[in-house]
Amino acid sequence: MTGAGGTDRTIVVVGASLAGLRAAEEIRHQGFEGTVTVIGDEAHRPYDRPPLSKQVLAGAWTTERIELTVAADGGLDALGLDWRLDTSATGLDLAAREVVLRDGQRLAYDGLVLATGARPRELPGTGTLAGVHTLRTLDDSLAVRAALDAGAERVVVVGAGFIGAEVAATCRGLGRDVTILEALPVPLGRVLGDEMGAVLGDLHRDHGVDLRLDTGVAGFEGADRVERVRLADGATLDADLVVVGIGVTPNTGWLEGSGLALDDGVVCDATTLAAPGVVAAGDVARWPSRRFGALLRVEHWDNAIGMGEHAARRLLAEPPFAGSNGSTGVGPYDPVPWFWSDQYDRKIQLAGWPSGADEVVVVDGSTEERRFVALYRKGDRLVAVLAMNRPRLLVTFRGLVERGATWDEALAQASPA
Amino acid sequence: MGYRVVVDFDLCESNARCMEAAPEVFEVRDDDFLYVLDETPPDSLRDKVDEAVRRCPKAAITVVEE
Repeated sequence: MTGAGGTDRTIVVVGASLAGLRAAEEIRHQGFEGTVTVIGDEAHRPYDRPPLSKQVLAGAWTTERIELTVAADGGLDALGLDWRLDTSATGLDLAAREVVLRDGQRLAYDGLVLATGARPRELPGTGTLAGVHTLRTLDDSLAVRAALDAGAERVVVVGAGFIGAEVAATCRGLGRDVTILEALPVPLGRVLGDEMGAVLGDLHRDHGVDLRLDTGVAGFEGADRVERVRLADGATLDADLVVVGIGVTPNTGWLEGSGLALDDGVVCDATTLAAPGVVAAGDVARWPSRRFGALLRVEHWDNAIGMGEHAARRLLAEPPFAGSNGSTGVGPYDPVPWFWSDQYDRKIQLAGWPSGADEVVVVDGSTEERRFVALYRKGDRLVAVLAMNRPRLLVTFRGLVERGATWDEALAQASPA
Repeated sequence: MGYRVVVDFDLCESNARCMEAAPEVFEVRDDDFLYVLDETPPDSLRDKVDEAVRRCPKAAITVVEE
């Protein structure tokens, strides 16, 4: 006999970052009183990642400052979670409902949350050399910080995506020489389109970054640590510190052969359910969005929260939990993705899904003054809004994307008659 | 026993997630600054305020029990 909160039940959350934590928090908020075990491969309790490429990297914030907490009285400890940190899940037995840990231990679960996130991609064939870093974890950030403290003057950032862009901005703020090497002709062109991608590239040039486009990296050279970057055309570039930011790969290796659908992430249904009793959330999860008519995998901070919470509610609507806590009838997860990036003195925000947009129009401010709002049209719909230093208007147009506004409605909102 | 909403305006960057979670309490106006409309909201809004706390990218909002 299960109690009201299922005290004899166990939920295992694999992944102890933002999505996993917010899922665990919501599981408690919904009244589940059984065991909630949280597995994390880092030694740290959950912490906030966005400052890792900004305030932590700049040395402005201590690591204590980025510890994640919860709104509930008593903070994180009040959730009564069973923490298993500095270990990792290496396998999943769906039939037996067991997670296998690195040391061979098997953890039985009644419900499972997959929130294992993603890891940085590495440049193929470049080997490992001191002074060449990726940036994902707190330890990564502290390692780059240590290299800056040790006097690295010439910083090379490989990849002009958002992580690379923020690292470049932070290093310029510290007065270092920064070169960004981007393999594609336009930074973020595949995300924002060529026109807006070029604007974000120009923002770096405004601040003295040597931005080199269409520039591939062949390898890194140096005796004990990196001294030069060898470019695809054979030229070399002196470097004291290299940060590679060329995207991430979802952490699904441990799920190979489990029977779950894996395709650039754990493929869930529209409600975040990946298998009976199994939900997924955050960077690792891919789900069909009705709103955007595509399978989405969203690597944003805000999605980790919203999807973690939704997945928790969805899990509790599954047997054996359903009916024990009133959580039934959890519908699709279909948010408007949103993220921000802070670079130099600019706040860049994107809401929606601009991929495959037909047109982009600046409706407020101008790209030259680096303060603007741009709308993305796909068919007859507004699908995304990009803003630079215009947070209030971003909210207005995010609301229009949210309710599926037509392009004409969006334009009318932009320039009222 | 009520509660008080406190915003650290040195941290706030007007991301306006709070306004979406609890529009009765938070408003980002046309000047791009956040205004707290009600520092001591009723208990009926507590879930919304807690959601605003969670959704703030800068962790700039705290709730003080009083």
